[in-house]
Amino acid sequence: MTQTIARRFQISTLAAHLVLIGFTLLALAPTLLVVMNSFKPRKEIFGAPLALPSFETITLIGYDTVLKRGDILHYFQNSLIVTVCALFFIILFGAMAAFALSEYRFPGNRLIGLFLVMGIMVPIRLGTVGILKMMVSLGLANTLFALILVYTAQGLPMAVFVMSEFMRQVSDDLKNAARVDGLSEYTILFRLVLPVVRPAIATIAVFTMVPIWNDLWFPLVLAPGESTRTMTLGAQSFIGQFITDWNAVLAALTLAIVPMLILYLMFSRQLIRGITAGAVK
Amino acid sequence: MATVEIKNVRKSYGPVEAIKGIDIAVQDGEFLVLLGPSGCGKSTLLRMVAGLESITGGQVVIGGRVVNDLDPKDRDIAMVFQNYALYPHMSVFDNMAYGLKIRGVPKPEIETRVAKAAEILELGRFLTRRPSQLSGGQRQRVAMGRAIVREPAAFLFDEPLSNLDAKLRTQMRIEIKRLQDRLGITSLYVTHDQVEAMTLADRILVMNHGVAEQIGTPLEVYQRPASLFVAGFIGSPPMNVLDGVIDASGQGVVMPGGALLPLPRPRPDDANRPVKLGIRPEHLTISDGLAASPILVELVEALGADTVVYGRLPDGESLLIRMAGLPSCTEGDQLSVAPQPGALHLFDAAHGRRLAD
Repeated sequence: MTQTIARRFQISTLAAHLVLIGFTLLALAPTLLVVMNSFKPRKEIFGAPLALPSFETITLIGYDTVLKRGDILHYFQNSLIVTVCALFFIILFGAMAAFALSEYRFPGNRLIGLFLVMGIMVPIRLGTVGILKMMVSLGLANTLFALILVYTAQGLPMAVFVMSEFMRQVSDDLKNAARVDGLSEYTILFRLVLPVVRPAIATIAVFTMVPIWNDLWFPLVLAPGESTRTMTLGAQSFIGQFITDWNAVLAALTLAIVPMLILYLMFSRQLIRGITAGAVK
Repeated sequence: MATVEIKNVRKSYGPVEAIKGIDIAVQDGEFLVLLGPSGCGKSTLLRMVAGLESITGGQVVIGGRVVNDLDPKDRDIAMVFQNYALYPHMSVFDNMAYGLKIRGVPKPEIETRVAKAAEILELGRFLTRRPSQLSGGQRQRVAMGRAIVREPAAFLFDEPLSNLDAKLRTQMRIEIKRLQDRLGITSLYVTHDQVEAMTLADRILVMNHGVAEQIGTPLEVYQRPASLFVAGFIGSPPMNVLDGVIDASGQGVVMPGGALLPLPRPRPDDANRPVKLGIRPEHLTISDGLAASPILVELVEALGADTVVYGRLPDGESLLIRMAGLPSCTEGDQLSVAPQPGALHLFDAAHGRRLAD
């Protein structure tokens, strides 16, 4: 009896793992294909796109092209400035708004909360034309600041939503003890509540940073100029109307993955706690 | 060192009145316990004294200063919370020192004060640990240490022992009592546990539905409960409450079963008045005579040191009796019990207030 249960358990575990492995392969395949082919010469990319680069075929020509066009580092820098600044503002303002919504009773509290949640449902791209007009009249077109503003607006609703939920779970006694101890509301938020909701911050950081880094739309619309090009937009410059340097495109895309991977690894331990926090408690 | 005066304090949440005007002056160094069932407003009252809830009406005066519009930090109070409320990412030392640091107390002074508090509370070995590495009792001691180092005018305790297990609770109760005796700081202590209230308090404020039912020393509250509510709330097992009528001569009370209980003093003015009769389970004894009522024993709880008998009167009312020692009866027995002379509490049948003795 116990044996059959044990065996059944094994079989179901196996099945679950098969499904998960299958999904992982499916999700990773395109990325893997990009990385693999970035190390192959053009002929091989089209001749045998699924083959691994071998000793004879391996080449760094793509990376060579990309790095020789010196501006790629500049694009990298642009992307990094935009992503990090936007992330900083999202977490700063998101935390402040979330704290106000979760901590204070004031008229319109729920209404403001609802308004912010609506921001999650309505894609910001619908307002592109308006945003562009606004940025032009503010003289912000072709600046990184324009991108930072737009991405901050794009990320805030989700950040406020997630963080206010987490902050509601922080014990009232803790905040009140701090008030009696003489901490200001700002100190309570930044020194006490934020460290406690660190998993939420990691979750938000990962979920907002990836779309910002990968975005092509707003850089193309708001900051297509040479000096403000981001990495994703920069990679496009290897795609021509008639000739496309696939080696360079794939190499640029591979390079673009690296910083995200590093940031993800930094946040991931906290992230898992953030995702599972509600489930375990 | 200071007095805490609560003058006609009220609290409303919209149309709902949670605190309906409480008046009490806590003396310098006094230990006042706010006791009541959950939802009676005792925590709200404490939080109003702390400044964590706004005050709808009346005044809170700490050390002769009206503090209604002051922030908690400016009221010169320290508070201990039910779930400890320690800063989770700081060491025990920093937890105690942080409030002082915020107030700009010089560093050497902080170190002396924390060291002194740690010595009193026997926390010396744990100063570098995080709260998560401590047991419940140790955490609560750190919370008290955080209050002590501030050297405030008053301590406020909000059910500080509720999260501890029974054994630790008894131990911490004694520690709190010793600590308060030693420091002599005015304390307000909220609890729903009558044992804590009886053992810790200089005076108890019994609250129900936002009003003060009675203010008095623990023994006053036990011996002369001011209302049926207090009578039922203080004492375990609770007081028996029966219907009765004062007889025509005003010499005794007639119970529904016909038993005649003599009154401590004659009440000719109250002749034929229906009353509620309170008798504590420990004041009933097995005896015969005019005052005795027959009961059927339904359940016997042997607690070792004493025995609780659940009996039923002929008219169906239940009656609790607490006897010293091991049980002398079993379920199904017929007993005859009577209250000890002078152990009767009389309450008005309509509004439940105690009749004047």
